Parts: sequence; structure tokens; C-alpha cells
Amino acid sequence: MREARPVLLANARIIDPSRDLDIVGDLLIADGIIREAKKGIGAAGVPEGTEVVDCRDKVIAPGLVDMRAFIGEPGATYRETFASASQAAAAGGVTTIVCQPDTSPAIDDPATVDFVLRRARDTAIVHVAPMAALTKGLEGHEMTEIGLLKAAGAVAFTDGARSVTNAQVMRRALTYARDFDALIVHHTEDPDLNGDGVMNEGEFAARLGLLGIPSAAETIMLERDMRLVALTKGRYHAASITCAQSLAVLRQAREAGLDVSASASINHLTLNENDIGSYRTFLKVTPPLRTEDDRKALFAALNEGLIDVVMSDHNPQDVETKRLPFAEAAAGAIGLETMLSAGLRLVHSGDVTLPVLLRAMSTRPAERLGLPGGTLRAGAPADVIVIDTDVPWIVDPNELKSKCKNTPFDEARMTGRVVRTIVAGRTIYESL
Amino acid sequence: MTSTPKSSFVLSHRHLLGIEGLSAAEITGLLDLGEEFVALNRQIDKKQASLRGRTQVNMFFENSTRTQASFELAGKRLGADVMNMSASSSSMNKGETLIDTAMTLNAMHPDILVVRHHSSGAVELLASKLDCSVINAGDGTHEHPTQALLDALTIRRNKGRIEGLLVVICGDILHSRVARSNIILLNAMGARVRVVAPSTLLPPGIERMGVEVARDMREGLAGADIVMMLRLQRERMNGSFVPSVSEYFNYWGLDEKKLAYAKKDALVMHPGPMNRGVEIDSIVADGAQSVIREQVEMGVAIRMAVLEALSRNLPNA
Repeated sequence: MREARPVLLANARIIDPSRDLDIVGDLLIADGIIREAKKGIGAAGVPEGTEVVDCRDKVIAPGLVDMRAFIGEPGATYRETFASASQAAAAGGVTTIVCQPDTSPAIDDPATVDFVLRRARDTAIVHVAPMAALTKGLEGHEMTEIGLLKAAGAVAFTDGARSVTNAQVMRRALTYARDFDALIVHHTEDPDLNGDGVMNEGEFAARLGLLGIPSAAETIMLERDMRLVALTKGRYHAASITCAQSLAVLRQAREAGLDVSASASINHLTLNENDIGSYRTFLKVTPPLRTEDDRKALFAALNEGLIDVVMSDHNPQDVETKRLPFAEAAAGAIGLETMLSAGLRLVHSGDVTLPVLLRAMSTRPAERLGLPGGTLRAGAPADVIVIDTDVPWIVDPNELKSKCKNTPFDEARMTGRVVRTIVAGRTIYESL
Repeated sequence: MTSTPKSSFVLSHRHLLGIEGLSAAEITGLLDLGEEFVALNRQIDKKQASLRGRTQVNMFFENSTRTQASFELAGKRLGADVMNMSASSSSMNKGETLIDTAMTLNAMHPDILVVRHHSSGAVELLASKLDCSVINAGDGTHEHPTQALLDALTIRRNKGRIEGLLVVICGDILHSRVARSNIILLNAMGARVRVVAPSTLLPPGIERMGVEVARDMREGLAGADIVMMLRLQRERMNGSFVPSVSEYFNYWGLDEKKLAYAKKDALVMHPGPMNRGVEIDSIVADGAQSVIREQVEMGVAIRMAVLEALSRNLPNA
């Protein structure tokens, strides 16, 4: 491939959460690397042949690192491929997709990690970093080859949307993973307490006549995990926190000095159980959307830094799995392309600041996973996005790049979106 | 009888239940006596008479080939009448309690009982009910004193000393009675002991037993005089304690590359039976630094030493 021309993104508001930088200035990219980000580089101070892009009134930020996205490769390419997911990611400002191991076969051996990395290299236009399974076949019984998988390129270990219910298995996995400094990411839902529930337990579920899932199903599993982390001194990340009670557990663990971090999905930060309305299956997600009080507690925790990461929880489902009665429909919503715009709702409503949002979508996930992105420091790989925070648009599912159209923001009005996405110095997306 | 041991060392305990409780002088006494039996065992006439008239019963509640054979040979070479009982061929399989089995045996007036049992502490329990001397041939994951003694004898013969050496024990420490007995003995004799294992195979609190703990082989084997590999049981290989054989061998199996982290003249030891390609590579197991076969030879000698030293303390001795 031909080397991209150097680019100067000029006159922008530059936000680099990795060093609390928020200035108006210019950012120079050359040879796939960020050269400089400061006030007044100007057109005179750049190499010959540099493309100068006026970014007045725009925001420049590190490319987003989406810590939780389910992609259909291998095994379900009719739902999503690395190619289609990466197109959606580029349009949403995501420059690194962290894909989940719930595939067919599961990503639970080094050869499959290798397959994913090669496939992504050949077909995706953004970076793809796979998480590997924590237990063989995601069955929750026997731990995977954490050492060899990490050496093959797995960035963390998780059973995806499944919880490891056996505390002994979890204890040993946390203990063993410590020897390799590996991060364990866990979906905290007790499947027995979840039972046949399909949405948050409470008045709304009662009115709809749907079986509820208590938030305690999440909190109990998280509490157990915190005890195990204390016992093993392992590295732990809660995959998707959704309720106020879980935040209290998390806060206590942090105060005790445990190596614990947590994600919240963009869905749980911007939607609540009432949005399900009349059985809208695109809002059926796992864990389920909670109450408005829980949602408020979540963005407060994001401001506080208790929630480290905001992720899309991108989970493509097609009409066969979604156009069904609510209880029978599959859980999951796509999100790669709308995560940032949905997050900007929180910024426009004054609930979180833009730097806080960008930190949780880029810097923190990169730090936690040991990935090179999430920063605009000189010398870092040039994964950069340009955001117009004020442009109004309406989500039209037909224009979304994902193979599946199950967006909870169907026809939603948004303010602000990515106008340019740069990966390794090359512009891979530009809105017209 | 061509010759008899010159050492008149007497082990002034009734039983040998563990290394715990033995003084450095007692360990040295046993090693010195063992050393003499090594020479005797290499003669054509290996027969001694010191245990003539004595009855030794080998009672193995857990299968064993080398340890049982080694004790049997040791007893016979000292002139004892040796009887073997194993779990598969006795009433131990018919629901009789351990204590009842012991009382039954006691009525037959054995002089020395050699016991292996799958439960930690079971040998001590038996010993408390019997009138004869009891030798622990391995109880659960607790102690295996004669293994530690034969290891010590092997080390001393090759290195001339034990004190000051760095002994690294690698592998399944959690389930190993060999590791526990060795840690106690080597500490008593003034060696430095380090253990290397995946964290899942280290008992929490092990660092309080007088060992350094390392989690990878490069760091763990650095400067080692002795590399002692432990067996990994098959049922622990596939996901419960470690993910797989290939991962275990890759990170904790002893091959030439990892052995190179140790001192150039480091000895390689293994209590056996080995899992080639799991905890140890054949090239290393059969290599110039390996003393694994010598350990087996020392086993017979040290068990003769233990039987001899204990029998000198028996009533009517």
C-alpha cells in the first residue's frame, strides 16, 4: 500500500484524555504516527505535500477503542464479518474493535486467535483485538491456555455473555491468569437468578406481563467475584455493569485496593426499561435495561471514574432472531456506529463532559487492555477521529454499515457524529 | 556376611513419620549409614543379618511400584521377613476402618510397618494405635520422608554437601508430599530452597515454610545447583489446575532451554514416575545432568539405613 500523505488537522479543539489535554490547536500526522499536537503548528511548519484540513469548530480525539463487540467470525458471517463490522466502526469513530470469543467455534485455542487476527488483517479497515475464552468451549468448567492464547495475541479472557458460575473455576482462573498478568473480563449475571426472565424486574415487567430479572442477579455475581479477586489478587474487569447496587460493590472493591475495573454499555447509559415501550425487541439486551435511577447512577459513576469504560456491546441479530415475540427474541443490539453519537446525548444534556466520555471510550480501554491507542501523544499510532459535536442527524437503519439493523436508536434524532476517522495515519472514513 | 556397617547410628524415635522433627544430626546420621549401604549394595553378597527374625509388613493403601519394591528389597537385604499387603488384595477394600485394620495387624506382632496412604495424617493415626515401629512411605500430600532422604543422599554424593546449595523444586507443589519433605529437610540442612509453579499449584502460605517463590522458570532456575522436577498427575492437567499439557510443558516443563537458566553443573532430579513431555523433556531426563536413576539406587540404600537405624531402637534390640 502507498504511504499516506502527512495530514495537518488544523484549528481544532484537541482533546487527549491520556494527558488531560483540552486545547485549541493543530495535530500533525505523518508516517502513520502522531508527530505533534499543539497550538499553532500552522501550514508553514509541516512537511512538503502535507494535506491541511481545516477543523475549525470540530473536536479531535483519539480513535475509540470499543471493548465489547460481538462479531460473527468465525461461524456466523451472515450476521457480521470483520469487514462489515469494521465499516460500521469506521463510521462510528471506532478505530479498535475488541471482539468477543462467543463465536463458532469459540475463540478458545491459539489457532483460532491466529485465524481471527489474520482474517481481520486481510479484511478489516480498523484494528481488531480479540479476547479469548476463559474456559474451554465457554462451558465454564476448564480454563483455557491463557499463556499460549495471550502469546498468540488475545488481549483479555472472558466467556463473553456467559457467566462462570463455578466459583472454584473462577478462583483458579484468576489465580492462574495472574502468572501471565492477564486480565479476566466477566459477565456478571447469575443464570439461575436470571431464570427465564427477559427484562428488568419491576413494575414495567409486571405491566407487560414479562418475567423479570432482578438487578441482584448481577450484584450477587459481582460480589462473589470481588471476594475472589481479594483472595487471588487477580486482575479483573466487570464486562457490563448496569445498576446502582453493583456500583456500591465496585466502589468498595476499589477502596480496598483491588485491581478491578468496569464497563457500562452505551445502551445502559442512554436508555432505560421504559424505552422498551410496546415490546420493542431491539431494546432487549443482556443484562437488561434498568430503571432511570440506575441509569443516572451509571453516568454519575462514569463522571467519578468508577465506571472506567463505555462500550457499544455491539451484537448483531437478524430478523429471524429479532422479529419474534419479546420473550422469544434474541438479546442484543448493534452499536459500533452509534456509540459516540449516543454518548454525545449525555454531553449535550450536561450529564458528562466530553473529555470524560472520550476517556471512557478510548484511553481507559486501551490502558486496561495494554493496547497502543487511546492517546494523541507524539509517537503514538495515528488512530484519530474528528468529531462535529453539533451536526443533527437521524439514525436510518438502512444507512448503517452493519449487516444487521437491530439498532435501539432506530429513527432516533442525534446531535453530533464523527466526520473523519483515521487509522494508522490513513483516512478510512469521511462523511460527506 | 562379608561386611557390616561401621556406623552405629541409632535413630532414637520409635517411628519415622516425617522429616519434621528430625534434627540435622539425625539426618546426617541416616545419610552416613545410607552411604555405607550403597557400597554394600554394590557387592555380590548383599545380605545382612541385622533384621533377622524381624517381621516387616509393607502396607500400601495407594498403588506404588518403586517405593514398595525398594522397601521390600531393603528389608530382605537386612534379613527381615517381609510381607506385602496392598489395597487391591486385602480387606482394606472391604469397608474395614483403618483402625480395625491396624488392630488386626497388631495382633500378628510385626516389628516394622511400612505404610503408604492416600490421606494426609493417616500414617500418624495408625502409628498411634500400633505397638511396632511405623515408617511413613507417603501419606497424602503431607510427607514422604524416605524420598527426601534419598534425594539428600543423591545431592550429597554429587555435590559433596547440602548446605549452601540452591535447590529449586518445580511443578505441582500443592499436591506433593515429596516437596514438603524436601523443603523441611533441605532447610534443616542449610540449603536454600526455591519453588517454581503456576500459582494454581502452589499452596497459599508456602512462603512461610522457608522457601522463595518464583512463578516463571527463567527467574526460578537462575543460579540453581539442583533442579528437582515433580510429577503432574494426569487428572490435574486438563483445565482444572493447568489448562493443558502443551501449555504446562511450554511454560513449566524442563527442557534444555530452561535448564540453561540454571548453573552449568546443576543436577536434574525427579522422584518418578516421570511424565516425559509433560514436566520433563526426554533429552533432559536422559541427559548428562540427570541423576534420576541414581536416585532409585539411593532409595534402596536409604531405606536400609532407616530400617537399620530404627531397628537398633526396637525393644529387645
